[in-house]
Formats: sequence, C-alpha cells, structure tokens
Amino acid sequence: MDNEQNKLVENHELLLEMYREMLRARRIDERMWILNRSGQIPFVVSCQGQEVSQVAAAFALDKDQDYALPYYRDLGVVLHFGMTTKELMLQAYGKADDPNSGGRQMPNHFGQKKNRIVTGSSPVTTQVPHAAGFALASKMEKKQAVSFVTMGEGSTNQGDFHEGLNYAAVQKLPVIFMVENNKYAISVPLNKQIACAKISDRALGYGMEGITVDGDDPFAVYKAVDEARKRALHHEGPTLIETVSNRLTGHSSDDNHLMYRTEEELDEAKEKDGIIQFKEYLKEQQILTDEKETEMEAEIKQEINEATEYAENASYADVTTLAHYVYSQEEAK
Amino acid sequence: MAVLTYIQAITQAMKEEMQQNEKVFVLGEDVGVKGGVFKATEGLIEEFGEERVIDTPLAESAIAGVGIGAAMYGMRPVAEMQFADFIMPAVNQIISEAAKIRYRSNNDWHCPIVIRAPYGGGVHGGLYHSQSVEAVFANQPGLKIVMPSSPSDAKGLLKAAIRDEDPVLFFEHKRGYRLLKEDVSEADDILPIGQAAVKKEGSDVTIITYGLCVHFAQQAAEKLESEGVTTEILDLRTVYPLDQEAIIAAASKTGKVLLVTEDNKEGSIISEVSAIINEHCLFDLDAPVRRLAAPEVPAMPFAPNLEKEFMMNPEKIERELRDLASF
Repeated sequence: MDNEQNKLVENHELLLEMYREMLRARRIDERMWILNRSGQIPFVVSCQGQEVSQVAAAFALDKDQDYALPYYRDLGVVLHFGMTTKELMLQAYGKADDPNSGGRQMPNHFGQKKNRIVTGSSPVTTQVPHAAGFALASKMEKKQAVSFVTMGEGSTNQGDFHEGLNYAAVQKLPVIFMVENNKYAISVPLNKQIACAKISDRALGYGMEGITVDGDDPFAVYKAVDEARKRALHHEGPTLIETVSNRLTGHSSDDNHLMYRTEEELDEAKEKDGIIQFKEYLKEQQILTDEKETEMEAEIKQEINEATEYAENASYADVTTLAHYVYSQEEAK
Repeated sequence: MAVLTYIQAITQAMKEEMQQNEKVFVLGEDVGVKGGVFKATEGLIEEFGEERVIDTPLAESAIAGVGIGAAMYGMRPVAEMQFADFIMPAVNQIISEAAKIRYRSNNDWHCPIVIRAPYGGGVHGGLYHSQSVEAVFANQPGLKIVMPSSPSDAKGLLKAAIRDEDPVLFFEHKRGYRLLKEDVSEADDILPIGQAAVKKEGSDVTIITYGLCVHFAQQAAEKLESEGVTTEILDLRTVYPLDQEAIIAAASKTGKVLLVTEDNKEGSIISEVSAIINEHCLFDLDAPVRRLAAPEVPAMPFAPNLEKEFMMNPEKIERELRDLASF
C-alpha cells in the first residue's frame, strides 16, 4: 500500500463519506425500482453493483475542475459531482425541473453544466470522443483539469471507443477512460463480446497505460483513478482503467435477466456486493458503528422520501415548450 | 477589395476568425502541414501553430466527436471532413450528438461547431469523391446546412457559421474552389445564415437552386436573356432550415418555377422546396413546378462520359428553362 492509499485508509471521515454516497446511490436506485414496479415511473436503468467503482473513482477526482462524462449507470458519479436526490427523482419522473433535460430524455441520461456533468445520449460510446474534446480544450486553455469518461464494457467494441482512445493517446490528452465491466452487454456475456483476456489489454495498442482493478474494492479504484489523474496532469497522457464488478439487476426495468443468468450466479454476485464488503470493512475497523449506520440509513430514507414526494407533485414541462431550444435564442415559434 | 477564388475566400474567413477569437481552431486530416488536400487551410499552421491547426488521425467520427466535445467546453472548432463522401462515419456524432445537444439538455449545453466538407462532382472523382450529401442531414432539427455559391458568400457565411451558437454543416463545391472568383470585400462582413438571396432579377421564369448550380443557372439564364426571357434566380444559400419566405416570394413572382440540384431527385432539398411552393403558391403558379436533378443512381461514375451524363450543367438547365418559359 502506498502513501496515497494509506492516507485514504487513515482518513475515516472521507471513508464514511464515500460509504454514505454509495449507500445513497443504492437506496435511490432501489426506490426507483419500487416506483417503477408500482407504475409510478416508466423506466429504470440501474447502478446496483457498480456504486463502489463509481463513488471511489469520483472521490479521486477534483469535482470543481474536472469534467465528468458519465454513462447511464453512473448514479454514484453524478451524486458526487453535485446532482441532488431531488434532481434525480425529477429526472426519473421526467418533470420540468429535471436539470438534465427538463423531462426530455429518458432517465439516467445525465447532464448538468453547473456541476461539470456533460450531457449524454442513448447511442453508447459517443461520449468517448467528447471526453477527448474536453481534454483538448482544457489543455489548450492550460487548465489543471482532466476529463473523466465512463462506459460499460460493451462500449469498448464501438468505433468511437477506438477513435476516441487513439486520438487522446496520440495527443497525450488529460483523459481518464474508465470501463465499468459488469460482464454483460444487456444479455451478451463477456466471452461473446471480446476475445482478449482483459479490457485493459486494449490500452497497449493505443500506447497508453491500462489497468484492471476489482471494482468492488474502493481502495484499488481510488488509487487507479488518482494515479491516472496525476499522469494526465503531468502531460503523460490518458489511462484506460477497467473496474470489474457485477450487475445486480437486469439491464433495465424492461429486461428479465433470469432469461440469461442463473440464480446461482446472481446469488454469488450479491455475496460479492462491494457495498456490503465495504460496510463490513468499516465495521471491523470500527469506523462505522451500528448506531451510525442506522442514523445514516434513516437520513437517506428521509431524503429520498422527500425527493420522491416533491418529484411526484412537480409539473411536467408545458406542451407549449415542445419547440423550445432547438436552436439558440427564442425559438418558440 | 481583392479578387479571391472560392477556396481563398474560405481560407480568408477562417484566418480572420482565428485572428479575432483565440477559441477558434481547425482540425482534420491533412489540414496542418499540408494545408489540406485542396489547400483550404493553407498557411494557417504557419500563422497559428499546430495547437490551433491540428492534423488528426484518419478517423472522421473522432474529428467530429472531439470537435463536439471542445465546442461544448466553449471552444469554436472548425472541423474539416476531407470529402463530404467521407462524412458517413461521423453521422452518429453529427445527428445523435451535435444536432440534439441543446434540445436534449433543455438549453443547458450547446454545441457551436462548424463541420466543413467539399462536396459535388465534375472533377473525375467517381462515386466516392463526388457526392452531394446534404439531403442526409436536411431533416435534423438542430442542424444548419450552408452551401455557398460564390466567393463573397462563402466568406461571409463561413464567418457567420463560426460565430453561430449552433452546429453548422458547411458544404463547399470542390469544382467551385478554383472555378469561381470575384472581388471579395476585405471588411469583416457577416452574411446571415438562414436567408436565401436573389442572385438575378427576372420576370418570366424562376430558378431556385444552391451551390455550384447557381453558377450554371446564371449561365443558362444569360443565354435566354437575348431571346427576351428574363429569369429570377434565388440562391437558397442555407439549405436547412429553408428560407420559406424567400422561396414563396420568388415562386410567386413569375409563376413558373424550375428547381435545380446536382443531387438525385427523390428526397432532395428541391423536393422540400417544391412542397413549400405547393403549400403556399397554388394561385400564383402558371405551370407545374419542375425539378431538374441527377438520375436515381447511387453516385456519379468515374468514366468521363458517364460523369457528364450524371452531372448538372448549364445546357441541361437551359433546355428545361426554355421549355418551361414556353409553357
């Protein structure tokens, strides 16, 4: 364990904060499923099983300088960058005050300029060249900022993955590419997606650093992102990080993953759940007490209850706004 | 005033915008040291350095996508696609991303990128160095498509495109690059995107067209002038979104309308122009609207006789014009 990791291990306040953020992401996501299954919201696409990677990575970034280009599972990333529980509920309901899109996009299509979260779409991997573009611009403007872009492992087969990584590597741009490998592209397992042993093996072909870490281990993820950030800011180019974890739900609320996964596999994945492992670690180390945990859960529950009620009662965008913001100025014709 | 070719006017526009705004930069294949395969970016790397005149890897989706990222950040990228035919790998970035960024983020983010590309045939370019691709993009709200017909328009419209707050596709006719020349103002003139221009006044027949075909239409109209037939020529300049008012005015003025494009007919820009005229000008028309376009084949062939058969020219326009005038 090196210095940075030691610092993290000893910073109990920060560890508790990280745990709280992971737990908050998980509980928000769980609430969204309940709302979906009870007919309140039409769609959920889940972060469950990847919160540890997302939150640990985000904590290693400078959210006041860096840009996040998240993908649809990155609830943990956007929470850390400043999106609130209330805002997340507004987007789940598609309400007018959703800061991501005002109810225009499906849930989890994140974007919030004031928090440096770059708007994304549904065709996967288009954000990868954008991340190189943000890094190019911040390098031109001599800013101490990196762009942090995430995607699922399925996205690493897209052309934009290759074009974006190659571009960033050639120009030594300050980008961190983080692949959240949950071993499935909807129903297609890893062995039908790639022929190489690890996603990070692909880094070699681009001439950049590549590393695979256990996505359920917050210390390993934090360290990988922290080192990648330093490398980026020292003009040593981008890094490809692969975090390996498990998807604990179907691809989305419209997918029954038991069609292509066994109960045994799922049980095993749940046992390895990074949030539970981290909680056990914090308890063993007496950083987290039962009392503190109960208090944390209660606070989060109350926050989610309030956010849900607020979002449920909030208004949809008025239909007269349908044609707004196609172009700049007042295009409300 | 100085006489500039169409391509010199384009270079001049980029140069002036780069001098005025340090956020403007260009990127694309061969745009740096070589100055572009057509020399549109000639001299820019010497003046602005390789940080602002970027030779990119051969990867069109990255050229567009990196530009889009930089534009969202707040820069003013001018991306070059070496040929319009090669824009296809970047279509997802242009249509799914650039066109929708403002709308999908409810005005939180926007994407002021310019993507330039040489289009059009008549240069022995075969199927993949000759295409007109504007119709591919011309039903994507959020995009603007500019296709200038003269050096002055090219300069004023490219400067406007670079200053525009939204993504602009800027298609330049490659045969026009050195064919078209005229006095171009050295002033910082900006031409408004979205406005068509009457290039010639006339009272008997109206031609509505854009790009290099404006030049061909002018030649055809001159021929008929001596026979007492005068032609109104409307240059669309921005082919998406269309300037409906100008189209309606030009069509109504003579009641006989010939629409011309180098692209093939079905689903083309002029088909949309025809629809606008049909919706608005029924009682002003004296003849059915005519569309003169390329045949319904994928793209123009390489062999000179086949290319000529496909390609628009003044003679084809003259023939249609004469026929329509006598209707």
